Amino acid sequence: MKQLLEGSQAVAEAVRLCRPQVVAAYPITPQTHIIERLAKHVANGELEAEFINAESEFGAASIVLGAVAAGARVFTATASQGLLLMTEVLFNIAGLRLPVVMVCANRAVGAPINIFSDHQDSMTLRDAGWIQLYVESNQEAADSIIQAYRIAEACELPVMVCIDGFLLTHTFEPVVLPSQVEVDSYLPAFQFARSLDPARPMTLGGGSEPDNYQEYRVAQHDAMEKSQAVVEAFDADFEVQFGRACGGLVQGYRLEEAQTVLLGMGSLMGAVYDVVDRLRDQGQAVGTLRLRCFRPFPVQALVQHLSSVQRIIVLEKAISIGAGGIVATELRAALQQAGIMTPVESVIGGLGGRDLTPEVIEEIFKETASSGIDVINRFAPNHIINGEAHHG
Amino acid sequence: MDKRDPFRHNVLTSGHRACSGCGEAMAARMVTDLIGPDAIYVNATGCLQVFTTHNQQSAWQAPWIHSVFANAAAVASGVEAALRVRGKETPVVVQAGDGGTFDIGLQCLSGMIERGHDVLFVCYDNEAYMNTGVQRSSSTPHAVRTTTSPPGRLSQGKHHLKKDVISIIAAHHMPYAATATVAYFSDLKAKVEKAMTIKGPRFLQVLSPCPLGWEHDSALTVTISRLAVETGLFPLVELEHGELTGAMRLTQQQPVEDYLRLQGRFRHLFGTKEGAVEIRHLQALADARIRRYGLLEADAEWNTERVPQVKRHGHGGYAAAPEESNNDL
Repeated sequence: MKQLLEGSQAVAEAVRLCRPQVVAAYPITPQTHIIERLAKHVANGELEAEFINAESEFGAASIVLGAVAAGARVFTATASQGLLLMTEVLFNIAGLRLPVVMVCANRAVGAPINIFSDHQDSMTLRDAGWIQLYVESNQEAADSIIQAYRIAEACELPVMVCIDGFLLTHTFEPVVLPSQVEVDSYLPAFQFARSLDPARPMTLGGGSEPDNYQEYRVAQHDAMEKSQAVVEAFDADFEVQFGRACGGLVQGYRLEEAQTVLLGMGSLMGAVYDVVDRLRDQGQAVGTLRLRCFRPFPVQALVQHLSSVQRIIVLEKAISIGAGGIVATELRAALQQAGIMTPVESVIGGLGGRDLTPEVIEEIFKETASSGIDVINRFAPNHIINGEAHHG
Repeated sequence: MDKRDPFRHNVLTSGHRACSGCGEAMAARMVTDLIGPDAIYVNATGCLQVFTTHNQQSAWQAPWIHSVFANAAAVASGVEAALRVRGKETPVVVQAGDGGTFDIGLQCLSGMIERGHDVLFVCYDNEAYMNTGVQRSSSTPHAVRTTTSPPGRLSQGKHHLKKDVISIIAAHHMPYAATATVAYFSDLKAKVEKAMTIKGPRFLQVLSPCPLGWEHDSALTVTISRLAVETGLFPLVELEHGELTGAMRLTQQQPVEDYLRLQGRFRHLFGTKEGAVEIRHLQALADARIRRYGLLEADAEWNTERVPQVKRHGHGGYAAAPEESNNDL
């Protein structure tokens, strides 16, 4: 059934359809609409779950950690400062290999305090051991939630679905919600082999030493690498059942014969598609690639799509202070390892909710990032270009 | 299928790596054996976690989870919620040190109590960060020497008072909060057993001497634990819904100095004028606690008649309110 839903509402409805048994959260803008709707569903008896008002995001993450370890499917959501406050627990959830699903309603990180959207919060958590999926629409937000539970539970890895704050969470779009029967047939009932049970006592979270700690970490990394195939396969399954897909690991748009490709993430892609169409109409060989799965970093898929491109631009809404573009840096490393010496231009924009308008995106396509552009963009109202093109 | 080792019946088995004379190991053994293996144990980071789960080994014969230092009460909240929604009655027990209770864990603990989770939180209080090498916590008593409250030309050890955590906990007006210590096993046993009959959040603070950090002979753990009570420094009390409902009376008060002399952590107080001032201060604190709880009053009456009946209602809330009320208190 197609409905007009806010991103937050689409997420909450998708979560409800996945039948979580424990939902814990702490309010933070722009995530609150998600948990408010879930709280109402629980209050109305429409979702048979314990809704727990945590005393902080640190507590919320810890509550879902305990609940999933005790055999319940769980959900939490947060953003920005809340995500950072959860950080210690998020590493721990991943290290314990617990299948938690959470939403990050992407928001800038202070100081200065700012409630609007960029990707700094979740990208900062890139080393935490969570699968990270960045969605471009409310429909994909809902669908990715359903996929996320199946991925998390199959891989025993936590999944973070990253949804642009306000741009998606507070924006209405038509969304098709599947029926409960459909979701139940896609997503098996929750089972967790290592759950806490007196009949089968297990010690979870004991100590390790230098002679085995590394093995745990490598096993975690291997599981993340293997999850790439799972992300692809479960998206393909989803398409078979529901007739629409989410883009797997990376999703190309008008890549045929493209000489210039802009790589981006999240909701800004709608504007990028429009610009690509416009430039194509003008006869320019441009295309775009959307990075849906940032962790694990899909090296092979990226290389495959970018191997014969002449110009690559990465437009990203986060910055590693003192190093620059995060995705750009990782992409350069991936391409170089594959023997591809195409320069990767790193453009950072949209920080703290700054609009990335079609005009700005078109300018990014047109202007090669050089020292000249760098100077121009120090004064440009809408974006910064970070440094020079990287020439192999 | 029951996979517990049929030849070992203790929840906390022998072979762990606690120091000899460890008050916490003693207390944990007592508490967990009283509760038994049909419970889920949640541990904060600390000595107990380290000495029982060293390097892929485990001394636990019950399901046991450790996450991080500060979050044991929140993890237990989640465990309890999951069990409730899955229709299971398994008790949930938190074990934490004073750092994981008084300091870094206090926020999660307060949240757990306020939300009414059916969890017993046991604090093994050894009055400092022993696992990291004896640093001062907010449970460390006044004038104690720790590595971060060293006595020196300008200092007589810790400058601040031991946090009155039992009052803070009791101020949540929760069903049951009590103090205990290893020297009084029958008292500890009665309190654990009572706690296990009550639904809702319960709290037990067990004073657990640490031979390493308190610098006492490892054979004196029980003696020192008893003196802490007999001096009035550590009253054994019970509070229900915020009201004092019981306190172990003393036949006579022992001088605080007798307690201090057995422990190296107070050694710097002896033989100096400044130290004598602090000893008098500690004696005054003990006297005040004795007066506060009426420990030497043979006819002291606790407010038992004012304690409301505890009822379980709704989806896990504990209540003194009518069954039909949607309020927890």
